[in-house]
Amino acid sequence: MTEVVLHTENLCKNYAGLAANTNVNLQLIKGEIHALIGPNGAGKSTAIAQLSGELSPSSGSVYFNGAEVTDKPVFDRATMGISRSFQVTSVFDEMTVLENLALAVQAHQGHSYFFWAAINKNRKLNQQACELASQFGLEQHQKLLAGALAHGEKRQLEVAMTLAGNPQVLLLDEPMAGIGPGGSKELTQLLDGLRGRYSILLVEHDMDAVFALADRISVLVYGEIIATGTVDEIRNNEKVQQAYLGHSEN
Amino acid sequence: MLLFIEQVLNGLQLGFMLFLLSAGLTLVFGVMNLINLAHGSFYMVGAYVAATVMQASDSFVLALLVALFTAGLCGFLVEVIVLRHLYKRDHLDQVLATFGLILFFNEGTRMIWGRQPLFMQVPELLSGSVEILPGIPYPVYRLVIIAIGLAVAIGLYLLINHTRLGMRIRAGASNRSMIAALGVNIRWLYSLVFALGALLAGFAGVMAAPVFAVESGMGESILILTFVVIVIGGIGSVKGALLGALLVGLVDTLGRAFLPDLLQMFISSGANSIAASLSSMGIYLLMAVILAFKPRGLFPA
Repeated sequence: MTEVVLHTENLCKNYAGLAANTNVNLQLIKGEIHALIGPNGAGKSTAIAQLSGELSPSSGSVYFNGAEVTDKPVFDRATMGISRSFQVTSVFDEMTVLENLALAVQAHQGHSYFFWAAINKNRKLNQQACELASQFGLEQHQKLLAGALAHGEKRQLEVAMTLAGNPQVLLLDEPMAGIGPGGSKELTQLLDGLRGRYSILLVEHDMDAVFALADRISVLVYGEIIATGTVDEIRNNEKVQQAYLGHSEN
Repeated sequence: MLLFIEQVLNGLQLGFMLFLLSAGLTLVFGVMNLINLAHGSFYMVGAYVAATVMQASDSFVLALLVALFTAGLCGFLVEVIVLRHLYKRDHLDQVLATFGLILFFNEGTRMIWGRQPLFMQVPELLSGSVEILPGIPYPVYRLVIIAIGLAVAIGLYLLINHTRLGMRIRAGASNRSMIAALGVNIRWLYSLVFALGALLAGFAGVMAAPVFAVESGMGESILILTFVVIVIGGIGSVKGALLGALLVGLVDTLGRAFLPDLLQMFISSGANSIAASLSSMGIYLLMAVILAFKPRGLFPA
Protein backbone atom coordinates (compact mmCIF):
# COMPACT_ATOMS: atom_id res chain seq x y z
CA MET A 1 0.00 0.00 0.00
CA THR A 2 2.06 2.91 -1.13
CA GLU A 3 0.53 6.31 -1.32
CA VAL A 4 2.57 8.99 -3.08
CA VAL A 5 2.41 12.38 -1.37
CA LEU A 6 4.76 14.40 -3.51
CA HIS A 7 6.09 13.56 -6.92
CA THR A 8 7.69 15.22 -9.89
CA GLU A 9 7.43 14.57 -13.59
CA ASN A 10 10.43 15.27 -15.78
CA LEU A 11 11.52 18.24 -13.73
CA CYS A 12 14.22 20.28 -15.49
CA LYS A 13 16.03 23.43 -14.54
CA ASN A 14 18.43 25.29 -16.79
CA TYR A 15 20.57 28.20 -15.73
CA ALA A 16 21.61 30.20 -18.76
CA GLY A 17 21.74 27.12 -20.94
CA LEU A 18 23.40 24.95 -18.32
CA ALA A 19 21.25 22.10 -17.09
CA ALA A 20 21.10 21.96 -13.29
CA ASN A 21 18.45 19.26 -13.35
CA THR A 22 17.36 16.98 -16.15
CA ASN A 23 14.15 14.96 -16.08
CA VAL A 24 14.03 14.44 -12.37
CA ASN A 25 11.29 11.96 -11.49
CA LEU A 26 11.04 11.64 -7.77
CA GLN A 27 8.34 10.01 -5.68
CA LEU A 28 7.94 10.65 -1.99
CA ILE A 29 5.82 7.95 -0.39
CA LYS A 30 3.64 8.77 2.57
CA GLY A 31 5.45 8.26 5.85
CA GLU A 32 8.85 7.43 4.42
CA ILE A 33 12.18 9.06 4.99
CA HIS A 34 13.60 9.42 1.53
CA ALA A 35 17.21 10.52 1.26
CA LEU A 36 18.43 12.40 -1.77
CA ILE A 37 22.19 12.09 -2.07
CA GLY A 38 24.75 13.01 -4.64
CA PRO A 39 28.08 14.77 -5.03
CA ASN A 40 28.34 18.53 -4.59
CA GLY A 41 26.76 20.39 -7.45
CA ALA A 42 24.59 17.44 -8.44
CA GLY A 43 21.47 19.58 -8.20
CA LYS A 44 20.10 18.50 -4.82
CA SER A 45 19.43 22.01 -3.59
CA THR A 46 17.92 22.90 -6.94
CA ALA A 47 15.58 19.95 -6.61
CA ILE A 48 14.50 21.01 -3.11
CA ALA A 49 13.97 24.57 -4.26
CA GLN A 50 11.75 23.35 -7.07
CA LEU A 51 9.76 21.14 -4.74
CA SER A 52 9.25 23.92 -2.21
CA GLY A 53 8.46 26.52 -4.85
CA GLU A 54 11.41 28.88 -4.61
CA LEU A 55 12.52 28.01 -8.11
CA SER A 56 10.09 27.46 -10.89
CA PRO A 57 11.20 24.61 -13.15
CA SER A 58 12.22 25.27 -16.75
CA SER A 59 9.94 22.38 -17.64
CA GLY A 60 8.20 19.52 -15.92
CA SER A 61 5.74 19.47 -13.06
CA VAL A 62 5.39 18.97 -9.32
CA TYR A 63 2.38 17.22 -7.78
CA PHE A 64 1.25 17.27 -4.19
CA ASN A 65 -1.34 14.66 -3.24
CA GLY A 66 -2.08 14.24 -6.91
CA ALA A 67 -2.78 17.92 -7.56
CA GLU A 68 -0.37 19.99 -9.62
CA VAL A 69 1.41 22.69 -7.63
CA THR A 70 4.10 23.64 -10.16
CA ASP A 71 3.01 27.28 -10.32
CA LYS A 72 2.19 27.77 -6.65
CA PRO A 73 4.48 30.15 -4.74
CA VAL A 74 6.43 29.03 -1.68
CA PHE A 75 4.00 30.34 0.92
CA ASP A 76 1.01 28.65 -0.73
CA ARG A 77 2.81 25.33 -0.74
CA ALA A 78 3.84 25.88 2.86
CA THR A 79 0.26 26.44 3.97
CA MET A 80 -0.82 23.39 1.94
CA GLY A 81 1.58 21.27 3.95
CA ILE A 82 4.99 21.29 2.27
CA SER A 83 7.52 22.56 4.76
CA ARG A 84 11.24 22.98 4.30
CA SER A 85 14.40 23.75 6.19
CA PHE A 86 17.49 25.40 4.80
CA GLN A 87 21.11 24.42 4.41
CA VAL A 88 22.13 27.53 6.32
CA THR A 89 20.30 27.53 9.63
CA SER A 90 17.41 29.91 9.21
CA VAL A 91 16.04 31.01 12.51
CA PHE A 92 15.40 34.63 13.30
CA ASP A 93 18.39 35.54 15.43
CA GLU A 94 17.02 38.81 16.78
CA MET A 95 13.85 37.23 18.08
CA THR A 96 13.45 35.01 21.13
CA VAL A 97 12.97 31.27 20.79
CA LEU A 98 9.33 31.68 21.76
CA GLU A 99 8.81 34.47 19.24
CA ASN A 100 10.35 32.33 16.52
CA LEU A 101 7.93 29.55 17.30
CA ALA A 102 4.94 31.88 17.64
CA LEU A 103 5.75 33.32 14.24
CA ALA A 104 5.87 29.86 12.73
CA VAL A 105 2.53 28.97 14.32
CA GLN A 106 0.75 32.12 13.26
CA ALA A 107 2.19 32.10 9.75
CA HIS A 108 -0.21 29.30 8.97
CA GLN A 109 -3.21 31.19 10.18
CA GLY A 110 -3.06 33.42 7.12
CA HIS A 111 -3.00 37.18 6.74
CA SER A 112 -6.73 37.59 7.16
CA TYR A 113 -6.08 37.44 10.87
CA PHE A 114 -5.95 40.74 12.68
CA PHE A 115 -2.39 41.53 11.78
CA TRP A 116 -2.30 44.54 14.03
CA ALA A 117 -3.28 42.45 17.02
CA ALA A 118 -0.77 42.50 19.84
CA ILE A 119 1.27 39.32 19.86
CA ASN A 120 2.05 38.91 23.51
CA LYS A 121 -1.59 38.98 24.52
CA ASN A 122 -2.54 36.01 22.45
CA ARG A 123 -2.61 33.20 24.96
CA LYS A 124 -3.40 30.41 22.56
CA LEU A 125 -0.55 31.37 20.28
CA ASN A 126 1.85 31.50 23.20
CA GLN A 127 0.63 28.18 24.48
CA GLN A 128 1.19 26.48 21.14
CA ALA A 129 4.65 28.00 20.96
CA CYS A 130 5.47 26.76 24.48
CA GLU A 131 4.27 23.27 23.62
CA LEU A 132 6.55 23.19 20.61
CA ALA A 133 9.44 24.43 22.71
CA SER A 134 9.10 21.66 25.26
CA GLN A 135 8.48 19.06 22.58
CA PHE A 136 11.86 19.88 21.07
CA GLY A 137 13.78 20.26 24.30
CA LEU A 138 13.99 24.03 24.15
CA GLU A 139 11.88 24.89 27.19
CA GLN A 140 14.78 26.29 29.22
CA HIS A 141 15.73 28.57 26.34
CA GLN A 142 12.30 30.04 25.56
CA LYS A 143 13.22 33.58 26.53
CA LEU A 144 16.67 33.53 24.94
CA LEU A 145 17.35 35.24 21.65
CA ALA A 146 17.62 32.59 18.98
CA GLY A 147 20.98 34.05 18.00
CA ALA A 148 22.36 33.07 21.42
CA LEU A 149 21.62 29.35 20.97
CA ALA A 150 24.29 26.80 20.21
CA HIS A 151 24.32 25.63 16.63
CA GLY A 152 22.71 22.27 17.35
CA GLU A 153 19.96 23.95 19.35
CA LYS A 154 19.32 26.33 16.48
CA ARG A 155 18.83 23.32 14.26
CA GLN A 156 16.37 21.90 16.76
CA LEU A 157 14.52 25.20 16.81
CA GLU A 158 14.45 25.26 13.04
CA VAL A 159 12.98 21.77 12.88
CA ALA A 160 10.39 22.78 15.47
CA MET A 161 9.46 25.81 13.34
CA THR A 162 9.21 23.68 10.23
CA LEU A 163 6.78 21.42 12.06
CA ALA A 164 4.70 24.20 13.62
CA GLY A 165 2.15 24.25 10.83
CA ASN A 166 1.59 20.48 10.96
CA PRO A 167 2.90 19.84 7.48
CA GLN A 168 2.59 16.54 5.62
CA VAL A 169 5.89 16.83 3.83
CA LEU A 170 9.25 17.92 5.19
CA LEU A 171 12.03 18.90 2.84
CA LEU A 172 15.24 19.00 4.82
CA ASP A 173 18.28 20.51 3.13
CA GLU A 174 21.42 19.15 4.85
CA PRO A 175 20.18 19.42 8.43
CA MET A 176 23.42 17.87 9.76
CA ALA A 177 25.66 20.45 8.11
CA GLY A 178 28.09 21.99 10.57
CA ILE A 179 26.70 20.67 13.85
CA GLY A 180 29.46 18.19 14.70
CA PRO A 181 29.24 14.45 15.40
CA GLY A 182 27.47 14.78 18.76
CA GLY A 183 24.85 17.12 17.40
CA SER A 184 24.23 15.03 14.34
CA LYS A 185 23.62 11.97 16.51
CA GLU A 186 21.02 13.90 18.48
CA LEU A 187 19.39 15.25 15.38
CA THR A 188 19.33 11.80 13.80
CA GLN A 189 17.41 10.57 16.83
CA LEU A 190 15.06 13.50 16.62
CA LEU A 191 14.35 12.87 12.94
CA ASP A 192 13.98 9.15 13.58
CA GLY A 193 11.26 10.04 16.08
CA LEU A 194 9.36 11.81 13.30
CA ARG A 195 9.31 8.70 11.14
CA GLY A 196 5.85 7.75 9.99
CA ARG A 197 4.24 11.01 11.08
CA TYR A 198 5.63 13.01 8.22
CA SER A 199 6.91 12.22 4.78
CA ILE A 200 10.49 13.42 4.74
CA LEU A 201 12.82 14.17 1.87
CA LEU A 202 16.28 14.41 3.33
CA VAL A 203 19.19 15.91 1.43
CA GLU A 204 22.29 14.98 3.35
CA HIS A 205 26.03 14.50 3.01
CA ASP A 206 26.45 12.73 6.32
CA MET A 207 26.31 9.11 5.18
CA ASP A 208 25.96 7.71 8.71
CA ALA A 209 22.80 9.73 9.13
CA VAL A 210 21.53 8.77 5.69
CA PHE A 211 22.06 5.06 6.22
CA ALA A 212 20.56 5.25 9.71
CA LEU A 213 17.47 7.12 8.66
CA ALA A 214 16.53 6.47 5.06
CA ASP A 215 13.83 4.05 4.05
CA ARG A 216 14.75 4.72 0.46
CA ILE A 217 17.54 6.60 -1.23
CA SER A 218 17.69 8.39 -4.57
CA VAL A 219 21.04 9.25 -6.06
CA LEU A 220 21.39 12.43 -8.06
CA VAL A 221 24.44 12.87 -10.28
CA TYR A 222 24.88 15.73 -12.74
CA GLY A 223 21.22 16.65 -12.38
CA GLU A 224 19.90 13.18 -13.13
CA ILE A 225 18.61 10.51 -10.81
CA ILE A 226 20.70 7.45 -11.55
CA ALA A 227 19.15 5.11 -8.99
CA THR A 228 16.40 4.85 -6.40
CA GLY A 229 16.08 2.03 -3.90
CA THR A 230 16.49 0.78 -0.36
CA VAL A 231 19.73 1.34 1.51
CA ASP A 232 21.07 -2.07 0.54
CA GLU A 233 20.07 -1.73 -3.07
CA ILE A 234 21.87 1.58 -3.30
CA ARG A 235 24.92 0.28 -1.47
CA ASN A 236 25.24 -2.55 -3.95
CA ASN A 237 24.39 -0.56 -7.03
CA GLU A 238 27.41 -0.46 -9.29
CA LYS A 239 26.49 2.73 -11.04
CA VAL A 240 26.18 4.47 -7.70
CA GLN A 241 29.46 3.10 -6.42
CA GLN A 242 31.20 4.35 -9.50
CA ALA A 243 29.57 7.72 -9.67
CA TYR A 244 29.36 8.63 -6.07
CA LEU A 245 30.46 6.43 -3.24
CA GLY A 246 33.71 5.76 -5.04
CA HIS A 247 34.88 9.27 -4.48
CA SER A 248 32.72 10.40 -1.65
CA GLU A 249 33.78 13.59 0.03
CA ASN A 250 32.52 13.26 3.53
CA MET B 1 22.18 80.93 23.15
CA LEU B 2 18.66 81.82 22.06
CA LEU B 3 19.66 81.34 18.47
CA PHE B 4 21.20 78.03 19.38
CA ILE B 5 17.97 76.66 20.87
CA GLU B 6 16.06 77.82 17.84
CA GLN B 7 18.54 76.13 15.51
CA VAL B 8 18.42 72.93 17.51
CA LEU B 9 14.66 72.90 17.08
CA ASN B 10 15.08 73.52 13.37
CA GLY B 11 17.52 70.66 13.24
CA LEU B 12 15.10 68.37 15.04
CA GLN B 13 12.35 69.38 12.66
CA LEU B 14 14.47 68.52 9.62
CA GLY B 15 15.53 65.35 11.42
CA PHE B 16 12.00 64.13 12.04
CA MET B 17 11.00 64.86 8.47
CA LEU B 18 13.97 62.86 7.29
CA PHE B 19 12.91 60.12 9.67
CA LEU B 20 9.44 59.89 8.09
CA LEU B 21 11.15 59.47 4.74
CA SER B 22 13.90 57.13 5.76
CA ALA B 23 11.80 54.79 7.90
CA GLY B 24 9.96 53.57 4.81
CA LEU B 25 13.05 53.46 2.64
CA THR B 26 15.05 51.47 5.14
CA LEU B 27 12.20 48.99 5.73
CA VAL B 28 11.80 48.43 2.01
CA PHE B 29 15.50 47.80 1.67
CA GLY B 30 15.64 45.63 4.76
CA VAL B 31 12.61 43.50 4.01
CA MET B 32 12.61 43.33 0.22
CA ASN B 33 16.27 44.02 -0.49
CA LEU B 34 15.11 46.62 -2.97
CA ILE B 35 16.83 49.90 -3.73
CA ASN B 36 14.08 52.37 -4.43
CA LEU B 37 15.23 55.68 -5.87
CA ALA B 38 11.61 56.67 -6.45
CA HIS B 39 10.91 56.95 -2.72
CA GLY B 40 11.11 60.74 -2.99
CA SER B 41 8.32 60.66 -5.53
CA PHE B 42 5.83 59.62 -2.86
CA TYR B 43 7.01 62.58 -0.81
CA MET B 44 6.29 64.79 -3.80
CA VAL B 45 2.89 63.18 -4.39
CA GLY B 46 1.99 63.78 -0.74
CA ALA B 47 2.97 67.44 -0.98
CA TYR B 48 1.16 68.09 -4.27
CA VAL B 49 -2.05 66.36 -3.24
CA ALA B 50 -2.09 68.09 0.15
CA ALA B 51 -1.52 71.51 -1.41
CA THR B 52 -4.27 70.93 -3.96
CA VAL B 53 -6.86 69.62 -1.53
CA MET B 54 -6.00 72.38 0.93
CA GLN B 55 -6.59 75.01 -1.75
CA ALA B 56 -9.87 73.47 -2.79
CA SER B 57 -11.34 72.65 0.58
CA ASP B 58 -9.48 74.82 3.06
CA SER B 59 -9.35 71.86 5.39
CA PHE B 60 -5.94 70.74 6.54
CA VAL B 61 -7.23 67.52 8.03
CA LEU B 62 -8.91 66.55 4.77
CA ALA B 63 -5.77 67.50 2.84
CA LEU B 64 -3.68 65.35 5.14
CA LEU B 65 -5.97 62.32 4.86
CA VAL B 66 -6.35 62.48 1.10
CA ALA B 67 -2.60 62.97 0.66
CA LEU B 68 -1.74 60.02 2.90
CA PHE B 69 -4.23 57.81 1.09
CA THR B 70 -2.97 58.84 -2.34
CA ALA B 71 0.68 58.36 -1.45
CA GLY B 72 -0.05 54.94 0.05
CA LEU B 73 -2.11 53.94 -2.97
CA CYS B 74 0.63 55.11 -5.36
CA GLY B 75 3.10 53.01 -3.39
CA PHE B 76 0.84 49.98 -3.52
CA LEU B 77 0.30 50.29 -7.28
CA VAL B 78 3.99 50.86 -8.01
CA GLU B 79 4.85 47.76 -5.98
CA VAL B 80 2.29 45.56 -7.69
CA ILE B 81 2.84 46.82 -11.23
CA VAL B 82 6.59 47.44 -11.35
CA LEU B 83 8.71 46.56 -8.35
CA ARG B 84 7.32 43.10 -7.62
CA HIS B 85 9.12 41.90 -10.72
CA LEU B 86 12.46 43.32 -9.62
CA TYR B 87 13.11 41.69 -6.23
CA LYS B 88 15.15 38.90 -7.68
CA ARG B 89 17.00 41.19 -10.04
CA ASP B 90 20.30 42.90 -9.64
CA HIS B 91 20.45 46.12 -7.62
CA LEU B 92 21.55 47.91 -10.78
CA ASP B 93 18.34 46.86 -12.54
CA GLN B 94 16.36 48.18 -9.59
CA VAL B 95 18.21 51.48 -9.69
CA LEU B 96 17.50 51.84 -13.40
CA ALA B 97 13.82 50.96 -13.08
CA THR B 98 13.19 53.19 -10.10
CA PHE B 99 15.10 56.02 -11.75
CA GLY B 100 12.62 55.60 -14.59
CA LEU B 101 9.82 55.92 -12.06
CA ILE B 102 11.29 59.24 -10.87
CA LEU B 103 11.13 60.61 -14.41
CA PHE B 104 7.61 59.25 -14.75
CA PHE B 105 6.39 60.88 -11.54
CA ASN B 106 8.14 64.19 -12.18
CA GLU B 107 6.73 64.43 -15.68
CA GLY B 108 3.33 63.31 -14.39
CA THR B 109 3.17 66.10 -11.83
CA ARG B 110 4.21 68.61 -14.51
CA MET B 111 1.40 67.38 -16.74
CA ILE B 112 -1.19 67.61 -13.98
CA TRP B 113 -0.06 70.68 -12.05
CA GLY B 114 2.12 72.54 -14.53
CA ARG B 115 5.63 73.93 -14.03
CA GLN B 116 4.80 76.58 -11.49
CA PRO B 117 5.51 75.58 -7.93
CA LEU B 118 2.50 75.40 -5.61
CA PHE B 119 2.42 77.01 -2.21
CA MET B 120 0.48 75.73 0.70
CA GLN B 121 -0.77 77.87 3.53
CA VAL B 122 0.02 76.79 7.03
CA PRO B 123 -3.36 75.85 8.52
CA GLU B 124 -4.70 78.72 10.56
CA LEU B 125 -4.83 76.80 13.78
CA LEU B 126 -1.11 76.08 13.54
CA SER B 127 0.02 79.31 11.96
CA GLY B 128 1.00 81.36 15.00
CA SER B 129 4.08 81.10 17.10
CA VAL B 130 4.61 80.34 20.74
CA GLU B 131 7.29 81.45 23.13
CA ILE B 132 9.20 78.29 23.89
CA LEU B 133 11.37 80.24 26.32
CA PRO B 134 10.84 83.81 27.34
CA GLY B 135 11.83 85.91 24.37
CA ILE B 136 12.07 83.07 21.86
CA PRO B 137 9.04 82.79 19.66
CA TYR B 138 8.93 79.68 17.53
CA PRO B 139 6.41 78.76 14.81
CA VAL B 140 3.76 76.36 16.09
CA TYR B 141 3.72 74.47 12.82
CA ARG B 142 7.37 73.52 13.14
CA LEU B 143 6.79 72.29 16.66
CA VAL B 144 3.89 70.21 15.34
CA ILE B 145 6.20 68.60 12.80
CA ILE B 146 8.52 67.60 15.63
CA ALA B 147 5.60 66.24 17.67
CA ILE B 148 4.22 64.27 14.74
CA GLY B 149 7.63 62.84 13.98
CA LEU B 150 7.91 61.69 17.58
CA ALA B 151 4.41 60.21 17.49
CA VAL B 152 5.16 58.31 14.27
CA ALA B 153 8.40 57.02 15.73
CA ILE B 154 6.54 55.68 18.76
CA GLY B 155 3.77 54.27 16.59
CA LEU B 156 6.26 52.49 14.35
CA TYR B 157 8.06 51.12 17.38
CA LEU B 158 4.81 49.64 18.70
CA LEU B 159 3.83 48.31 15.28
CA ILE B 160 7.15 46.64 14.66
CA ASN B 161 7.78 45.24 18.10
CA HIS B 162 4.34 44.37 19.37
CA THR B 163 2.08 43.30 16.53
CA ARG B 164 1.75 40.29 14.28
CA LEU B 165 2.53 42.39 11.25
CA GLY B 166 5.59 43.80 12.97
CA MET B 167 6.77 40.33 13.87
CA ARG B 168 6.57 39.39 10.21
CA ILE B 169 8.35 42.55 9.15
CA ARG B 170 11.20 41.86 11.59
CA ALA B 171 11.36 38.26 10.49
CA GLY B 172 11.29 39.28 6.84
CA ALA B 173 14.10 41.74 7.35
CA SER B 174 16.21 39.04 8.94
CA ASN B 175 15.46 36.16 6.56
CA ARG B 176 13.20 36.45 3.54
CA SER B 177 13.23 32.88 2.31
CA MET B 178 12.49 31.48 5.74
CA ILE B 179 9.28 33.44 6.32
CA ALA B 180 7.98 32.41 2.92
CA ALA B 181 8.85 28.82 3.74
CA LEU B 182 6.89 29.14 6.96
CA GLY B 183 3.83 30.05 4.92
CA VAL B 184 3.73 33.83 5.29
CA ASN B 185 2.27 35.36 2.15
CA ILE B 186 5.24 37.53 1.29
CA ARG B 187 3.61 39.13 -1.74
CA TRP B 188 0.99 40.63 0.52
CA LEU B 189 3.57 41.50 3.17
CA TYR B 190 5.79 43.26 0.61
CA SER B 191 2.88 45.26 -0.81
CA LEU B 192 1.85 46.28 2.67
CA VAL B 193 5.35 47.31 3.76
CA PHE B 194 5.88 49.23 0.56
CA ALA B 195 2.55 51.04 0.83
CA LEU B 196 3.34 51.88 4.46
CA GLY B 197 6.71 53.31 3.44
CA ALA B 198 5.10 55.36 0.68
CA LEU B 199 2.46 56.62 3.09
CA LEU B 200 5.13 57.80 5.54
CA ALA B 201 6.99 59.52 2.70
CA GLY B 202 3.72 61.17 1.71
CA PHE B 203 3.30 62.27 5.32
CA ALA B 204 6.69 63.95 5.18
CA GLY B 205 5.58 65.61 1.95
CA VAL B 206 2.46 67.03 3.60
CA MET B 207 4.50 68.35 6.49
CA ALA B 208 7.01 69.89 4.11
CA ALA B 209 4.46 71.48 1.78
CA PRO B 210 3.90 74.66 3.83
CA VAL B 211 7.62 75.00 4.56
CA PHE B 212 9.18 74.43 1.14
CA ALA B 213 7.92 75.08 -2.37
CA VAL B 214 5.91 72.22 -3.81
CA GLU B 215 7.48 71.54 -7.16
CA SER B 216 8.32 68.79 -9.56
CA GLY B 217 11.60 67.17 -8.60
CA MET B 218 11.37 68.19 -4.94
CA GLY B 219 11.77 64.53 -3.97
CA GLU B 220 15.27 64.13 -5.32
CA SER B 221 17.12 66.69 -3.26
CA ILE B 222 15.75 65.25 -0.06
CA LEU B 223 16.23 61.67 -1.27
CA ILE B 224 19.99 62.10 -1.13
CA LEU B 225 19.79 63.15 2.50
CA THR B 226 17.48 60.21 3.12
CA PHE B 227 20.00 57.78 1.72
CA VAL B 228 22.71 59.34 3.88
CA VAL B 229 20.41 58.79 6.86
CA ILE B 230 19.79 55.11 6.23
CA VAL B 231 23.44 54.42 5.52
CA ILE B 232 24.41 56.10 8.79
CA GLY B 233 21.65 54.37 10.72
CA GLY B 234 22.29 50.93 9.31
CA ILE B 235 20.28 49.75 6.36
CA GLY B 236 17.09 47.99 7.42
CA SER B 237 16.96 49.40 10.94
CA VAL B 238 14.13 51.76 11.87
CA LYS B 239 15.86 52.61 15.11
CA GLY B 240 18.95 53.50 13.10
CA ALA B 241 16.85 55.60 10.77
CA LEU B 242 15.54 57.61 13.71
CA LEU B 243 18.96 58.26 15.19
CA GLY B 244 20.53 58.85 11.77
CA ALA B 245 17.80 61.28 10.77
CA LEU B 246 18.17 63.33 13.94
CA LEU B 247 21.96 63.37 13.59
CA VAL B 248 21.80 64.46 9.98
CA GLY B 249 19.12 67.05 10.71
CA LEU B 250 21.10 68.55 13.58
CA VAL B 251 24.52 68.45 11.94
CA ASP B 252 23.21 69.97 8.73
CA THR B 253 21.23 72.75 10.41
CA LEU B 254 23.74 73.64 13.10
CA GLY B 255 26.62 73.48 10.65
CA ARG B 256 24.97 75.94 8.33
CA ALA B 257 24.02 78.24 11.19
CA PHE B 258 27.20 78.35 13.23
CA LEU B 259 30.17 77.32 11.10
CA PRO B 260 30.60 80.78 9.53
CA ASP B 261 30.88 82.49 12.92
CA LEU B 262 33.05 79.75 14.29
CA LEU B 263 35.48 79.95 11.40
CA GLN B 264 35.61 83.72 11.53
CA MET B 265 37.23 83.44 14.92
CA PHE B 266 40.19 81.65 13.35
CA ILE B 267 40.47 82.94 9.80
CA SER B 268 39.99 86.51 8.88
CA SER B 269 39.42 86.42 5.15
CA GLY B 270 37.22 84.08 3.18
CA ALA B 271 35.78 82.45 6.28
CA ASN B 272 32.25 82.73 4.94
CA SER B 273 32.80 80.93 1.70
CA ILE B 274 34.87 78.21 3.34
CA ALA B 275 32.19 77.78 5.98
CA ALA B 276 29.49 77.54 3.34
CA SER B 277 31.23 74.74 1.52
CA LEU B 278 32.22 73.02 4.76
CA SER B 279 28.71 73.07 6.13
CA SER B 280 27.24 71.56 3.00
CA MET B 281 29.84 68.83 3.34
CA GLY B 282 28.98 68.35 7.01
CA ILE B 283 26.64 65.40 6.72
CA TYR B 284 28.94 63.57 4.33
CA LEU B 285 31.83 64.06 6.72
CA LEU B 286 29.58 62.72 9.45
CA MET B 287 28.74 59.72 7.29
CA ALA B 288 32.40 59.08 6.48
CA VAL B 289 33.42 59.24 10.15
CA ILE B 290 30.60 56.94 11.27
CA LEU B 291 31.28 54.42 8.51
CA ALA B 292 34.97 54.44 9.35
CA PHE B 293 34.13 53.15 12.84
CA LYS B 294 30.93 51.28 12.08
CA PRO B 295 31.05 50.15 8.46
CA ARG B 296 27.50 48.78 8.55
CA GLY B 297 25.96 51.81 10.21
CA LEU B 298 24.99 52.54 13.80
CA PHE B 299 22.47 49.71 14.09
CA PRO B 300 23.32 47.06 11.54
CA ALA B 301 20.16 45.06 10.94
